[in-house]
Amino acid sequence: MAQGQMAPGIVAGRLSSDELASNFADLHPAFAPHEAAVAADRCYFCYDAPCVTACPTDIDIPLFIRQIQTGQPEAAGRTILEQNILGGMCARVCPTETLCEEACVRETAEGKPVEIGRLQRYATDSVMAKNGHPFERAEPTGKTVAVVGAGPAGLACAHRLAMLGHDVVIHEAREKSGGLNEFGIAAYKSTDNFAQAEVDWLLRIGGITIKTGSALGREFTLDDLRDQYDAVFLSIGLTGVNALRAEGEDKDGVRNAVDFIAELRQASDLTKMPVGRNVVVIGGGMTAIDAGVQAKLLGAENVTIAYRRDREAMGASRFEQDLAASKGVRILFNLQPVAVHGNGAVREIELEYTTNDNGTLVGTGETIRLAADQVFKAIGQSLEGAPEGVKLDGRKIAVTGPGRTSVPGVWAGGDCAAGGDDLTVTAVAEGRDAAMDIHASLSA
Amino acid sequence: MADLKTNFLGIESPNPFWLASAPPTDKEYNVRRAFEAGWGGVVWKTLGAEGPPVVNVNGPRYGAIYGADRRLLGLNNIELITDRPLEVNLEEIARVKSDYPDRAVIVSLMVPCEEAEWKAILPRVAETGADGIELNFGCPHGMSERGMGAAVGQVPEYIEMVTRWCKENYDKPVIVKLTPNITDIRYPARAAKNGGADAVSLINTISSITGVDLDTFSPEPSIDGKGSHGGYCGPAVKPIAMNMVAEIARDPETRGLPISGIGGVTTWRDAAEFMSLGCGTVQVCTAAMTYGFRVVEEMKAGLSKWMDDKGYASIDDFVGRAVPNVTDWQYLNLNYVAKAKIDQDQCIKCGRCYAACEDTSHQAISMSDDRVFEVIDEECVACNLCVDVCPIEGCISMVPMKPGEVDPRTGKVVEAEYANWTTHPNNPMAKAAE
Ligand SMILES: Cc1cc2nc3c(=O)[nH]c(=O)nc-3n(C[C@H](O)[C@H](O)[C@H](O)COP(=O)(O)OP(=O)(O)OC[C@H]3O[C@@H](n4cnc5c(N)ncnc54)[C@H](O)[C@@H]3O)c2cc1C
Ligand SMILES: Cc1cc2nc3c(=O)[nH]c(=O)nc-3n(C[C@H](O)[C@H](O)[C@H](O)COP(=O)(O)O)c2cc1C
Ligand code: SF4
Ligand code: SF4
Ligand code: SF4
Repeated sequence: MAQGQMAPGIVAGRLSSDELASNFADLHPAFAPHEAAVAADRCYFCYDAPCVTACPTDIDIPLFIRQIQTGQPEAAGRTILEQNILGGMCARVCPTETLCEEACVRETAEGKPVEIGRLQRYATDSVMAKNGHPFERAEPTGKTVAVVGAGPAGLACAHRLAMLGHDVVIHEAREKSGGLNEFGIAAYKSTDNFAQAEVDWLLRIGGITIKTGSALGREFTLDDLRDQYDAVFLSIGLTGVNALRAEGEDKDGVRNAVDFIAELRQASDLTKMPVGRNVVVIGGGMTAIDAGVQAKLLGAENVTIAYRRDREAMGASRFEQDLAASKGVRILFNLQPVAVHGNGAVREIELEYTTNDNGTLVGTGETIRLAADQVFKAIGQSLEGAPEGVKLDGRKIAVTGPGRTSVPGVWAGGDCAAGGDDLTVTAVAEGRDAAMDIHASLSA
Repeated sequence: MADLKTNFLGIESPNPFWLASAPPTDKEYNVRRAFEAGWGGVVWKTLGAEGPPVVNVNGPRYGAIYGADRRLLGLNNIELITDRPLEVNLEEIARVKSDYPDRAVIVSLMVPCEEAEWKAILPRVAETGADGIELNFGCPHGMSERGMGAAVGQVPEYIEMVTRWCKENYDKPVIVKLTPNITDIRYPARAAKNGGADAVSLINTISSITGVDLDTFSPEPSIDGKGSHGGYCGPAVKPIAMNMVAEIARDPETRGLPISGIGGVTTWRDAAEFMSLGCGTVQVCTAAMTYGFRVVEEMKAGLSKWMDDKGYASIDDFVGRAVPNVTDWQYLNLNYVAKAKIDQDQCIKCGRCYAACEDTSHQAISMSDDRVFEVIDEECVACNLCVDVCPIEGCISMVPMKPGEVDPRTGKVVEAEYANWTTHPNNPMAKAAE
């Protein structure tokens, strides 16, 4: 028997396994061939297409959609993967509503863009359904490059380098590769263990070795890498979590949203995944939405996301906000946490209303309290463990051009590097571009 | 509500929408349902001579061409004339006609090119009480290999001869259905007229192969690995059909000969266009085969609404109105100068006009960094390609220049007077302008 939504405290098994299976099914299910044909027919094959400009990896969208139209989804997939080797994951997780699909001229024309993301999935799925790998390595160059971090940036960089004939060793701190594709992305976006399947498929290019449990700053230093390899690419993401700076933050039941999500992503049986009855998420980005929605889908009775600014300022797109609302998650704006109350474990969270005073956020003094047996902190991740000697730009690694750091022979990309949005697709683009630059410098 | 009543060769029908001779009119069951759905008339599926009926293939007899969203744009068929016994068809025709006296019932015929054959069948058709006959000189496949259909329709002398036999042996109107599989449609039309035809109807289907199976290398539709050319019809053939209709309507030798327009009529608008080019009725096959008999409702309502809007009380008010405007290229006004103009409010910035003009026309559209597309009047020759490729209807328009304005492309003042190629200085054959 399922515990139900009303069971007090943080408990597992609020919903039956059938309910959980249906809650965590694919958010955007794969297109059947007929659906793909209908969706592809809507593309106008624009000149210098705005959707391409909006894609951080510059996928030739009109071309791949035309290839679907003409009955060659695998060729379409290749077109995508040439630009974006994680095109399969991107098809599932890209906030297309703020990228390609927002720019699509049919969004302008009818408020209904060509469904580029789902078509991309259709094309990449058809490539991956074939055993094998669509690309071949160039003649070996004899050079070896170290990549630190096996997230999307590192994987994209490694694949491109391997394709160009270099050998690559990826050092990954965790026991599993994939980065946030494996530990961060919402479960309903990457179903059926897609993240690992994609890594396995990507590695078929050959020439890439992944060393898990091997962390920069723990097992080795940057200087070690510079000694042993011809070049280094840093793609360590953002593993630190910003603090709430609210009184009582250390009480039981208060937790980093990313840890909750990672635990959920790794859970082999969701009926064993505990969640509170009254859950409050603090934050306004994708992480906040994902934590809130997944808490709700696990069976929490009340889930509230409290964001300190207004709707317009929210990092999560309108689509994400509406998704949360449709699942029954309440989003409150202009509220910032001031204290976490409870005796040992959290019982209530106290929030203060805010207003925008000429660009600075100020508390109004008025507060409310929300019942909470679980509080997720989702107010941003930060760079942790940047190697000494590498110059920072603000709180990230400073880079110029295609990811060159201040240290010769060391490149960086993805979330850990300054510039660009913190998105999977941006990480892929930066990894790929750094690889091309590394290749140029190694070939010089 | 405008009156759609039609009198074609003395044959009355409540509206000008007839079903063409084809599967929709193959039997009593279909025709009754068509009449119930509101069709003004039918041309019965072509009957052959007495004796064992023809046989059809037992595999696919249709092939298709699609537009976006699998919209059927063109259909091709290798069906023959009716494969049901003559006697059965004649009995059914008589029954239907007597039950629907207000509808037009025309019997399509195709028998071998011998007078005795025609003399044998015509009295039997007359007995049914049908309103007239249509001579099928059009079928491009199968029957033509046996010296009938298009094989007759491609030889004007045969058309004239057979038409004359029919006029001599049958009292009611004789319509000659023409094949488009011929270089100049005016010759068979003239022959029909000379043979005494009361009207021509056109077009029958166009010889075609709709596709090739790239695994088996068989043409489509494929019968056991082989294909034969079929007859093409549907929306794709409308432009060809309309040109042929217009050629006949404006030919001095056939001007005034009643025409029943056929070929791709799918909406009320198609019908109105055919009629403006001189057709007293239109015949429909593919639209009914694609969407069912119900499409006639839209056709009737649409035509009558348009007539109301234009103030036409009856169809005679607009039939043939476009004919005087169909002319030869040499008489087109070369002093008419237009420029493409893009309505920025409607433009969705797809850039198709730019690609088309830049790659294949006159490099007359500019594109800014923020994707504003504008016509460069200095370069625009008003070819219309941008209008044709723009996905937004009405976004690009062709704006005529006013007399007295200077065309920035040529630097010449736009003249108010009409002037055509016959008097143009570049024409070596020009007659001196008076
Ligand atoms: C909850 C959540 C949901 C998200 N949802 C989306 C989404 O739907 N769509 C989207 O586009 N983006 C989403 N993002 C953002 C996206 O996941 C990141 O932008 C992307 O993963 C960044 O890739 P990366 O390779 O730079 O870093 P990561 O994916 O973070 O990978 C970094 C890797 O480096 C490893 N590492 C860290 N430090 C070391 C070290 N010292 N030594 C060795 N290895 C180290 C880490 O273990 C990790 O494997 C989400 C992020 C979060 C947190
Ligand atoms: C399957 C099929 C069978 C046809 N059979 C005949 C026929 O027996 N006699 C005839 O005169 N025309 C026949 N036609 C031609 C149609 O009457 C008509 O001329 C042609 O299809 C063009 O009109 P549409 O574009 O409306 O289809 C046939 C057409 C089709 C599609
Ligand atoms: S903008 Fe839209 S219609 Fe144009 S090419 Fe891209 S997907 Fe196709
Ligand atoms: S009318 Fe022709 S020449 Fe003028 S802008 Fe359009 S495509 Fe170019
Ligand atoms: S084709 Fe039409 S909609 Fe597209 S850019 Fe040109 S004018 Fe604009």
